[in-house]
Amino acid sequence: MLLMKVLKNDKPGIWLLGILLVISIAVPILNLLVPESSPFHISTYTVTLLGKYLTYALLAVSADLVWGYLGILTLGHAAFFALGGYVMGMYLMRQIGERGVYGDPLLPDFMVFLSWQELPWFWQGFDQFWFAALMIMLVPGILAYVFGYLAFRSRVTGVYLSIITQALTYALMLAFFRNEMGFGGNNGLTDFKDILGFDLRADSTRIALFLASAVALAIGYVLSRIIVSSRLGLASVAIRDAESRSRFIGYRVENIKLWVFVFSAMMAGVAGALYVPQVGIINPGEFSPLNSIELIIWVAIGGRGTLYGAVIGALLVNYSKTYFTAALPEIWLYALGAMFILVTLYLPKGIVGLQLQSLRNLRIVRMVRKIRGAKV
Amino acid sequence: MSVSALTIPVKKTFSLLLFFFMSFFVLMSAAQQTLASEVSAEDSLADAWNALSKKNYTKKAKAIEVITQQNPSEARPALKAMLEGQLYYAKRGKALYFLKETDNSYVFTPLFDADSALEPIVQENRRGFRKVKVNNRLRSMIRQFLAVLQLTHEDANIRLSAVQELLKNPDADAAGLMENTVEKETDDRVVAAMRTLLAVIQLENGDEAAQQSAINTLADSLNTSAMNALMAYEAPTKALQNKAESAIQKINDKRDLYNKMETIFFGLSLGSVLALSAIGLAITFGVMGVINMAHGELMMIGAYTTYVIQLLMPDNIAMSILVAIPAAFIVSGLVGIAIERGVIRHLYGRPLETLLATFGVSLVLQQTVRSIFSPLNRSVETPEWMSGAWQINEVLALTWNRLYIIFFCLAVFAALIAVMKKTSLGLQVRAVSQNRTMARAMGVRSKWVDALTFGLGSGIAGLAGVALSLLTNVGPNLGQAYIIDSFMVVVFGGVGNLWGTLIAGMSLGVINKLLEPWAGAVLAKILVLIFIILFIQKRPKGLFPQRGRAAED
Repeated sequence: MLLMKVLKNDKPGIWLLGILLVISIAVPILNLLVPESSPFHISTYTVTLLGKYLTYALLAVSADLVWGYLGILTLGHAAFFALGGYVMGMYLMRQIGERGVYGDPLLPDFMVFLSWQELPWFWQGFDQFWFAALMIMLVPGILAYVFGYLAFRSRVTGVYLSIITQALTYALMLAFFRNEMGFGGNNGLTDFKDILGFDLRADSTRIALFLASAVALAIGYVLSRIIVSSRLGLASVAIRDAESRSRFIGYRVENIKLWVFVFSAMMAGVAGALYVPQVGIINPGEFSPLNSIELIIWVAIGGRGTLYGAVIGALLVNYSKTYFTAALPEIWLYALGAMFILVTLYLPKGIVGLQLQSLRNLRIVRMVRKIRGAKV
Repeated sequence: MSVSALTIPVKKTFSLLLFFFMSFFVLMSAAQQTLASEVSAEDSLADAWNALSKKNYTKKAKAIEVITQQNPSEARPALKAMLEGQLYYAKRGKALYFLKETDNSYVFTPLFDADSALEPIVQENRRGFRKVKVNNRLRSMIRQFLAVLQLTHEDANIRLSAVQELLKNPDADAAGLMENTVEKETDDRVVAAMRTLLAVIQLENGDEAAQQSAINTLADSLNTSAMNALMAYEAPTKALQNKAESAIQKINDKRDLYNKMETIFFGLSLGSVLALSAIGLAITFGVMGVINMAHGELMMIGAYTTYVIQLLMPDNIAMSILVAIPAAFIVSGLVGIAIERGVIRHLYGRPLETLLATFGVSLVLQQTVRSIFSPLNRSVETPEWMSGAWQINEVLALTWNRLYIIFFCLAVFAALIAVMKKTSLGLQVRAVSQNRTMARAMGVRSKWVDALTFGLGSGIAGLAGVALSLLTNVGPNLGQAYIIDSFMVVVFGGVGNLWGTLIAGMSLGVINKLLEPWAGAVLAKILVLIFIILFIQKRPKGLFPQRGRAAED
């Protein structure tokens, strides 16, 4: 019921969910049932790539929620993504068990390599999937809560906030690079074997992960849409446009910001957790400030403050990234840089904005014709 | 009772007599020996040179001793070559040669030039020659002898290092040499080092009075060997023991003090780099409200300008840096003006969009540099007048390049303050930053001012790049490494406040370096970042916030 109500005025959202439904049915069939010789066959590599894009899209939606509807330009959102990824990585590491290079039943390889004697306390419990799944939401959520509580309460806004979010992810990156942290240092966590007992390299597992990503994106999108069309969402838009005014009217600006921020961080964590088993590795490079800024450009290119725009932007930029880095590696940074510049200069509302604008123009033209026709 | 009283003196006299007799005997035999050695001086010297080609290390040791005492001028190069494994002897005839390796040939020059019978031999391999081998014991002995030999060298620095070499391994033989030379010594540093060495030796071998004065001398010294000597010292009396302990305490206190001073100096030099890279940002950010993510890349351009200028004038490295300073300013400034005219001009009043657009610019600049100069790191040669260190005392040495960077930072800062306070451009910049509309109404060409301000900030980034190129490798990622740090400095200091930026840069540098020995370099950096994140909560507008009307958004 709620879903109907929320999606009633969200035509692009319905389209998005419809497309997700179609590809979640079509891709498994084309991968598993259609023979490899057929031109319609989709290779497992492509399935994994698509799954990766979908997790990026979920991340982009979470960033758009914060930037587009709350006005916080976060330059550290990939930190939450990476944290979710690390939590998942820890679960997957524990699943390796005795199959590691050193064959230690309890300790992951890198700990044996560093000659650690026992599992650190923060690695306890990650052999249980339910615990890991809980932590995927909790760890980014708690970090976002603490950070947001401090930042919003003392009214750090605008550019300052952007810069300290960047400092946050930078500090996390430096920290995770340290071997002493107990997360595999420079190499990160890798060499995963299976998830929930299923072999990670099997086609069926890949398909399942792809489907999970699609479902997560759909749920994330709908939840975000529910939030932005609720009173909370309206209030956050008010804060984005006139923070002091909203405060004077009587809204608890800090609380509104905090909860939206925490929700968004959790969503990013889930995206990260789905990303890691598909790419098979998580390392501190995921925390690099560049990743967070790139994420912002996905949202900007798609169109901020629309949610579906973020999805489009993420898919588009990442597809072209895959294409360019393979075909013309030198061109990629030029292309990305040019995208940044051109989008901010000429497309402040992104691709979606362009389309909306032309639709509106079309409507005006039609209306004008109608009026003219009536006159004649 | 009377008997016993008598016997003691008798015993004493007897033992005294015995002592005299024995010492006479010893002296006689010693004299005989010296006589004998003088007679055969020529022979034994030649024997000694020959002994070097023997396999017996004990004989070699004795030979080295003889050579050093009797033929110091030729001993020096020979010993040095031996130490470096470049002294060879011909298998036939056993004559000694120096080996000099070139790209594809081995040149053997005879040890004695006067020996006209032998000529330099050039061949493609080492056939027919054998190396004069040394073992570790011999090696340390040679080092010591070389040190003694160098005590009489004409260069004061070489004399000093010779004394320091002896200090590492002091022995009584050196003392005799030292007592003669210390009187003739003119250089203060060498005298001080020699006195320390003498004191170390006296502490071991002298009588109580000598030990006391030795402790006094050592207490003023900062040398590690002096410290070790005091630690190993076994005092005969309680008073001396106490004295030695307080001397150790005194040295330790002094060393701690100097070490702290050194840490603070390192911190200040790191801080200058931070401040230098942040000042340009403070101008564009503070005055124009523009967040320039390409700032790091403008620094990188400055560093590459230095590199290119050094390529253009390879014969004159010393001058190239001085040329690079204005060149980097101009190049980075022009690029900055181009960025302002091309991109930022369209985005005033939208700080977050500027951030994204300039980030795009930074990616493009990075890739451009990568395409032109290759992604590999380049290194800029440090000119001679910047290498080396200012040795204030044994513990405290300030490297010149760090010292120059502190001066450079202060000079740039002073120049910038002068521009902002004394020139009409500065006046207009301040006017525009405080109230753009009013400034325009008064006839200030705000667009022109914007372009020049941005150029100024970018030019200063270029200057920071020159400084960085001397500290680290020049590569396409140079800017990225510093951009977050410089943002931290600006935010910490308070936007739009040049003094705040300077103080913030310096204090962050010092905090970083103070934490480093305790927490390690990476953890120190993380702690500083966390500190800033927490600090911003307390004071959202930095250390020195803008006050009054200009502070309103």
